[in-house]
Amino acid sequence: MLQVKDLHTYYGKSHVLHGVNLELKEGEVVCLLGRNGVGKSTTMKSIMGIVKPSQGSILFQGHQLVGKTPHEIARLGVGYVPEDRRIFRSLTVHENLIMGLKKGKKNVSDENLWTIEKIYERFPRLADRKNNKGGYLSGGEQQMLTVARTLVGNPRLILVDEPTEGLAPLIVKDVLDMLASVRESGVTILMVEQNFKAALQIADRFYIMGKGRIVFEGDTEALLSAHEIRKNYLEV
Amino acid sequence: MSEFLVFFLHGLAYAGLLFLVSAGLTLVFGMMNVLNFAHAAMYMLGAYFSYTLMLHTQGQLWLSIIVCPIALFIIGALIERFLLRRVHAYGHVSELLLTFGLAYIITELVKWYWGNYPLALNIGGFLGETIQFLGLSYPVYRIFVFACGALVAIILAVILQKTRLGIIIRAAVNDNEMVDALGVNVPLVFMGVFAFGAALSGFAGVIAGPLLSTYPGMANDILVDAFVVIVVGGFGSLAGAVIASLIIGELQSFGALLFPKLSIALVYLLMVVVLILKPSGLFGEEQ
Repeated sequence: MLQVKDLHTYYGKSHVLHGVNLELKEGEVVCLLGRNGVGKSTTMKSIMGIVKPSQGSILFQGHQLVGKTPHEIARLGVGYVPEDRRIFRSLTVHENLIMGLKKGKKNVSDENLWTIEKIYERFPRLADRKNNKGGYLSGGEQQMLTVARTLVGNPRLILVDEPTEGLAPLIVKDVLDMLASVRESGVTILMVEQNFKAALQIADRFYIMGKGRIVFEGDTEALLSAHEIRKNYLEV
Repeated sequence: MSEFLVFFLHGLAYAGLLFLVSAGLTLVFGMMNVLNFAHAAMYMLGAYFSYTLMLHTQGQLWLSIIVCPIALFIIGALIERFLLRRVHAYGHVSELLLTFGLAYIITELVKWYWGNYPLALNIGGFLGETIQFLGLSYPVYRIFVFACGALVAIILAVILQKTRLGIIIRAAVNDNEMVDALGVNVPLVFMGVFAFGAALSGFAGVIAGPLLSTYPGMANDILVDAFVVIVVGGFGSLAGAVIASLIIGELQSFGALLFPKLSIALVYLLMVVVLILKPSGLFGEEQ
């Protein structure tokens, strides 16, 4: 469903992505691993159109995403859950969810459709805080809200950037459960995760990045047996 | 006592104008991070367009109130789409310089076309009369000016709080990149808000003409106060703009009555105090 080929991205003069290649199949959960500053978030932002790649191709369900604006990409069915949980702080939880709604065509069959009512039913903690301002939520609630806000737009693919960063272990479990139910609803997930354990729990396949390139690709078994790669590119 | 009431009402009328100018300024700054120096030039254009229109239609204020804001909406949309959006990539300094330059150009064009002197307009009909209440007679027109500001404030509050467009605008004040990533055409929203702000500013100009007269310095005069309003009220906050407009309006009015020599300084003094006590403004989001 998503093919990223030879992606190059610059921030000003600094060359961040040196030809990234990725591929996701429908329904997969794929995790992008790697140390800080190797270009994981930049890869996400390049797919979403928030930073403009200078070279390469991103095909999503047959559409070329390079050159499109973020709102065009979102309307094609890509959802973005940024790091730092960027909820709208002065809007209520309910208004944050309304922001996620997209007008127009539905990409999914009715039973798999995410609606605001369904979000409240499945994640009662958000229903309890419906009329609270986003800025007053705890970190975990904010993270759940960011994911939920993207879900109500019914994307086919969501890009999730470090969903468990800075959260207490108990809350990490809630967020991972939430992502599991996202996957059950048939949404493909590409996530960046520093928490190796969390990544192993949820992902089917892994890519490891090092200095703007993909240095490893494989499933859980392959990842666990790739000691050398892990030592060089993950462990500190 | 009645003297105080008169100055209080004067303050309300000026607050009405100030709010109409500040509303667009604060929303544009909150969303786009552009401090629009040309914003008050839209106010001035509104006043001059209205002057010419009324000269040719024997003083039809209602016609000006409809036509001039539409003209400024179009001018605002064109400025955003073809000038501001192009320099956006080069950062805030370029945007600031652009709006600064535009303000100069518009002021000079106005002087060249309409002349460098004040133009007075007289309002006929009911709006030109005075009414009697509480033992004083007061011009209806000043009450009308305040009522316009109050009405627009109410309409804007309803739009911002109750509609999806309002939610989008408030969200964009928080984080416009994220709004775009959720599928909203943010550049279009920017253009709409910028143009609507220009229209409101033009509307303020139309109703200011008969009150304060129409002159080339009118843009700078109100711009300074409008900047104070959005700093005191908090960038991007409409509620803040309402409260701050009332405070500055009254401060200007009573300042002129009680401390004529200090009245300009009072406004800045207030701004300094607010900045020290709450740097994000009365209703601003803490960063």
